[in-house]
Amino acid sequence: MDLEFTAADEEFRAEARAWLAGHVPATPLPSLETAEGFAAHREWEHWLAADRWSVVSWPEEYGGRGASLLQWLVFEEEYYAAGAPGRVSQNGIRLLAPTLFEHGTEEQRARVLGPMARGEVIWAQAWSEPESGSDLASLRSAAVRTDGGWLLSGQKTWSSRAAFADRAFGLFRSDPDATRPHQGLTYLMFPLDAPGVTVRPIGRLDGKPAFAELFLDEVFVPDAEVIGEPGQGWRIAMSTAGKERGLTLRSPGRFTAAAERLTALWREAPEGAGPALGDRVADAWIGARAYQLFTYAHASRIVAGDAGGLGAESSLNKVFWSELDIALHETALDLLGPYGMLADDADEAPAHGSWAEGYTFSLAGPIYAGTNEIQRDIIAERLLGLPKGRR
Amino acid sequence: MRFLLTDEQRDFARALDGMLGASGTPAVVRAWAAGEHKPGRALWARLAEAGVFGLAVPERHGGAGLLPVELALSFTELGRHAVPGPLVETVAAAAFLERLGSDSLAGEWLPRIAAGEAVLSLCAGAGPYALDADAADAVLVVRGDTVCRTDTHGPVQTTLDPARRVARPLGGTVVARGPAVTAAAAHAIEVARLATAAQSLGLGRALLAATVSYVKQRTQFRVPIGSFQAVKHRLADTLIALEFAQPLVHAAALAVAAGAPSAGREVAAAKVAAGEAGHGAARTALQLHGALGYTEELDLSLWIRKARPLRDAWGSPADCRARVLTG
Ligand SMILES: Cc1cc2nc3c(=O)[nH]c(=O)nc-3n(C[C@H](O)[C@H](O)[C@H](O)COP(=O)(O)OP(=O)(O)OC[C@H]3O[C@@H](n4cnc5c(N)ncnc54)[C@H](O)[C@@H]3O)c2cc1C
Repeated sequence: MDLEFTAADEEFRAEARAWLAGHVPATPLPSLETAEGFAAHREWEHWLAADRWSVVSWPEEYGGRGASLLQWLVFEEEYYAAGAPGRVSQNGIRLLAPTLFEHGTEEQRARVLGPMARGEVIWAQAWSEPESGSDLASLRSAAVRTDGGWLLSGQKTWSSRAAFADRAFGLFRSDPDATRPHQGLTYLMFPLDAPGVTVRPIGRLDGKPAFAELFLDEVFVPDAEVIGEPGQGWRIAMSTAGKERGLTLRSPGRFTAAAERLTALWREAPEGAGPALGDRVADAWIGARAYQLFTYAHASRIVAGDAGGLGAESSLNKVFWSELDIALHETALDLLGPYGMLADDADEAPAHGSWAEGYTFSLAGPIYAGTNEIQRDIIAERLLGLPKGRR
Repeated sequence: MRFLLTDEQRDFARALDGMLGASGTPAVVRAWAAGEHKPGRALWARLAEAGVFGLAVPERHGGAGLLPVELALSFTELGRHAVPGPLVETVAAAAFLERLGSDSLAGEWLPRIAAGEAVLSLCAGAGPYALDADAADAVLVVRGDTVCRTDTHGPVQTTLDPARRVARPLGGTVVARGPAVTAAAAHAIEVARLATAAQSLGLGRALLAATVSYVKQRTQFRVPIGSFQAVKHRLADTLIALEFAQPLVHAAALAVAAGAPSAGREVAAAKVAAGEAGHGAARTALQLHGALGYTEELDLSLWIRKARPLRDAWGSPADCRARVLTG
């Protein structure tokens, strides 16, 4: 199978580029991790959807363009190169939607996907619990069977943007007597404004208030909110996790755009920067290019029907992009010297502080979507075949 | 850009891997390090038969044309099996002679290179030494816009990799002069860098594979050392570095094949990433084999000692990073 860019791909690229050039806001939107930024980003998602650029890879009936995997990558490249805003709908479109395409019902797709694509309903991921992070299968929040549905109780935490989001999807223990922790879990969707839900915002390291913990007290959700079979939640969640670590969450466009911006920054003052920094700029560029090519090669294999597709290999991506992101941003801050430290709301911050803001955010990369320690275990055991050790 | 290999390319690499695996390369490396080139030349002839050298020689001179993707694949296999000799230098010399535009020089050397009868060393750009000058049928020395051919050299110097023996070329006669020399040398350096990067990649793959099987079998504290997280994570990082260097090498080969203006940068990027990944794999292999890894008798030492010189050959990481920044 040959994956050259076809004339149609190039046309698609040109169309996306032209649209973005005409629509990307001249001044960056406020951070989507704040109430004000959240509202502004919702509006941006709405404009994207209006011209069908919100979810290009989805089928047309759900607001997409039926774009191929390769075209999706092309779109992402153009999106980030144009400096377009981060996606406030990302948990929905990149984690929940693929899960619904794979495991959801027709009714669920019809009901959930349209409003998601238009930014009308923003989704939060409710997996982690205070006692269950890396050892996610130890989670305790419960789903108890009731007439026509389930009652959810317990506590979820570290839920990105849940302070402002509308709905959440998460894992609940529906069979407390299951013999193994991975069994008896059910994957459910629920509204964040339902009776019995309390949302408590948590400030993040970057000072943004969008993180939240969720307290659930016998929150009723109807059966229609169960994704897949009750009790099969772990298997379904793991297919979501593969997507989060792999292509969908961090498409290479983000890093190639940042690497080009970094190289441009270095060119402005190469002498002042010194050779050691030059080496780091080069390494960041090489890393972004490697990630891009790795992704294209990977996508080619998927398109060629290689069932090996993602799976444990998404852990390679996760460790690589998260460390690359930090290296890119740390190098930029070093190049900017005293200006690098200026926060995004400081008047004199270069490029609206996007490097400083991006830096702080990059620091979370090795933690979320499964910590890098856990990913290295997966790589060692599943890709290299090393024996399981004590966890 | 074509990201996947064709079946023919895959089969070619597999066949080469099989042939080299059955060739007892460790003994060949040890002989080469001792200055006995006979087993090495015999292996060289078999490589030529498999078509390796023809990949850098155009069809009208008895080769298959410059095929950078296939060349990169074969050098990955040469690296995987730690084959000694001026392999890179010979294919780079072929690329140089092909580009030079001198029919007589091309006619004299290229058919012999393709047939595995001529072993050349090339000295262009990086450092005063020619690799394996004592084993080569001739050494080409590029200085500025002249190229000399010589058969004499100073005393052989051993390097960190005993199978990598270098010497200063001496004297020689000018065989070509002018801007064509400079241009051909730049092209040859690109091919040399690509082949060296591919070699580092193969070397690293072999080091990782050997280390993974060792840590599964070596027991300490009553469990295989491969079950310890510190060991696992180091191997995971080694795999990550190799996996992400691989597509860079492939893309660099495609860029050279297409004669793309970006080729110099792509090749330099591949050279940095593959050189560092191969070197990192050697460090990991040494560390995880413990003192055993530090012994000359262990065949793995032949691989370990190649990693650092390959990382630095044909453009140090610093040179290549600078090339990446030039754009
Ligand atoms: C910015 C950000 C956004 C997030 N967004 C969400 C979200 O939207 N929804 C959601 O559900 N969660 C979210 N999370 C939570 C995230 O998924 C968890 O933080 C992560 O799974 C790690 O769990 P933990 O924080 O409890 O750390 P722990 O599991 O307590 O780990 C602490 C440290 O111990 C290490 N460790 C633990 N076990 C092992 C082991 N077996 N071997 C080696 N080291 C180990 C970890 O690697 C880590 O370094 C987010 C986190 C961050 C930082």
